[in-house]
Amino acid sequence: MSNLLDLLVAGLATGAIYALVAVGFMLLWQTSQTINFAQGEFVMLPAFLMLAVMHAGAPFWLAIILGILLSLLLLGLGFKLLLVDPMLRHGVLPLAIATMALAIGMKEAVKQFFSAEASPFPSIVPAGDVSILGRVVSLQSLGVLALAIAVVIGLTALLNRTSVGHQMQATAQNPTVARIIGVPVERMILLTFLINAFLVALASLLITPIYLAKFSSGEILGQAAFIAAIVGGFNQVRGAIAGGLLIGVVDNLSAAYVSTQYRAAVPLILLIVIILFRPQGLLGRPEERTV
Amino acid sequence: MTATGKYLRIALGVVVIAALIIVPMNFNRYGLFILSQWAVMTIAAMGLNLTLGYAGQVSLAQGAFVGIGAYAAAIMTTQGLPLVAALGVAIVLCFAIGWILGYPALRVQHHYLAFVTLAFSTLAFLVFRNEDWLTKGIYGISNIPRPNVLGFATNRPLPFYYFCLGSLALVSLAMWWLIRSPWGRAFVALRENPVRALSLGIDTRRYTLMAFAIGSALGGVAGTLYAPLTQYIDPVPFNLSLSLDLLMMVIVGGSGFFFGPFLGAMIAVLLPEWLRFTQGYYLMLYAVAVMLLLIYSPTGILGSLDRYLAERRTKAASALRAVAKSRLETAP
Repeated sequence: MSNLLDLLVAGLATGAIYALVAVGFMLLWQTSQTINFAQGEFVMLPAFLMLAVMHAGAPFWLAIILGILLSLLLLGLGFKLLLVDPMLRHGVLPLAIATMALAIGMKEAVKQFFSAEASPFPSIVPAGDVSILGRVVSLQSLGVLALAIAVVIGLTALLNRTSVGHQMQATAQNPTVARIIGVPVERMILLTFLINAFLVALASLLITPIYLAKFSSGEILGQAAFIAAIVGGFNQVRGAIAGGLLIGVVDNLSAAYVSTQYRAAVPLILLIVIILFRPQGLLGRPEERTV
Repeated sequence: MTATGKYLRIALGVVVIAALIIVPMNFNRYGLFILSQWAVMTIAAMGLNLTLGYAGQVSLAQGAFVGIGAYAAAIMTTQGLPLVAALGVAIVLCFAIGWILGYPALRVQHHYLAFVTLAFSTLAFLVFRNEDWLTKGIYGISNIPRPNVLGFATNRPLPFYYFCLGSLALVSLAMWWLIRSPWGRAFVALRENPVRALSLGIDTRRYTLMAFAIGSALGGVAGTLYAPLTQYIDPVPFNLSLSLDLLMMVIVGGSGFFFGPFLGAMIAVLLPEWLRFTQGYYLMLYAVAVMLLLIYSPTGILGSLDRYLAERRTKAASALRAVAKSRLETAP
């Protein structure tokens, strides 16, 4: 019991990052049927963009801003215009395969142009510990958790409280009707891609100080986000958030209490159980649109 | 299809087969290794093509089935058992696992088989890595013997390449027969119009399951060839990326086309080798090539070829019609 609180906080912190990535993943699926197998690499790249800016001599805060802007440009606009738009009308699968190829390309490009070794990355949350209820908890975990929660609340507010958010939801639920009632569907889809790019850049900023910047670090992350989205429910933002938090906690607890060798298996078994007994996910509604 | 077209096809087939037999005779060890790998991957991709192209289900575990076959072959042949026995075990094991995985997943249709197989793929990798008593874990199994086929030893690269090519030919013939059998026709019916297939009395769920299980078993067959090919296996090659690679092969070649996996495996196995002269850039260029190919022809190479030929045929037919019509009009 002694370190249960630590494990929970650390698990929630990683889980919150998974949730950010899973929400982006799910938004792309909802608005444009894009299964992005490169989502993990999308999280890996912004850290390297920021490192590249810092190597050029810029301070950390400027690197963060430029890194996020570059992500919006490359992973949001570029991804949509160059890969998704030409392929979307040919169905889900060719595009999914193309994103797999994109993942390979991104990994290799980082390995070739940057480094095959893991690089340290500065943390935006100062290192140190604080004590809560007499227990020592790492400040970094708390900071990550707080920031991720703030972003998730902001995003939920954007989707549920603003006109733009309602238009995005309409686009996701029924693009044809949305177009008829005057929603600028194309612009809304572009907006989801930009939001996804912003979310992955933020996730990159939060997770890279913990796991170091490495060209291959996206593989595990992408899979975790994918599982989180399915477990939580593929058609609900709050489902993806719950799934992300759950996977993060389960992952951390199973590393401590099950075995380090099979820690990765526990979320997968959870996934299979969910598919067997609640295929629409924990918080999802049964699919209305046939795929 | 006209008679000349048919002869043309047969002639093309004979030329390709002859080339596959004669050309590699002067290849070095590495070239033969790559070609053998192409044959093995084609078998695995053919299995996946049955699942994806004919039954319309996405499997992300074909690499895991290749791994199961490879470990069956490695464990059994290093214990002195013949490869044929390992082949039998691999087929039965992969078929049974495919059936067990597919049964619950297909209860809920859609993309759930993809999710279940994704999870299974990673679970299988963890078992390969962690169960030291069976798979020797990360140290892998070395000194895997190559089999004697009909009294011929296949230790040297060239005989082993012919062994792989022969296996590919046998699997292709079996597949050709399967697709033309009532089962195969039921598979095609499933893909073309599942509702109509169901109303015609085809038990769609059982046939989908069957297609997936047979496809998985072919993954196992590929695995039993893979182990003696490399003569050393460890868990790394059988992770999720092999499954994704195989899926890429099927789509790029043209899913649902008989020869799609042959072309797809050629691109996935040989293209990176041809690009090796660019050194560190070769996988990057390969990724870009695959993306461009998919943007240009999303139904795969054979899909585009098929469309092109169909268009040309319609054009030719309408030209003939126009000629006939003008003759009719000018006739007194």
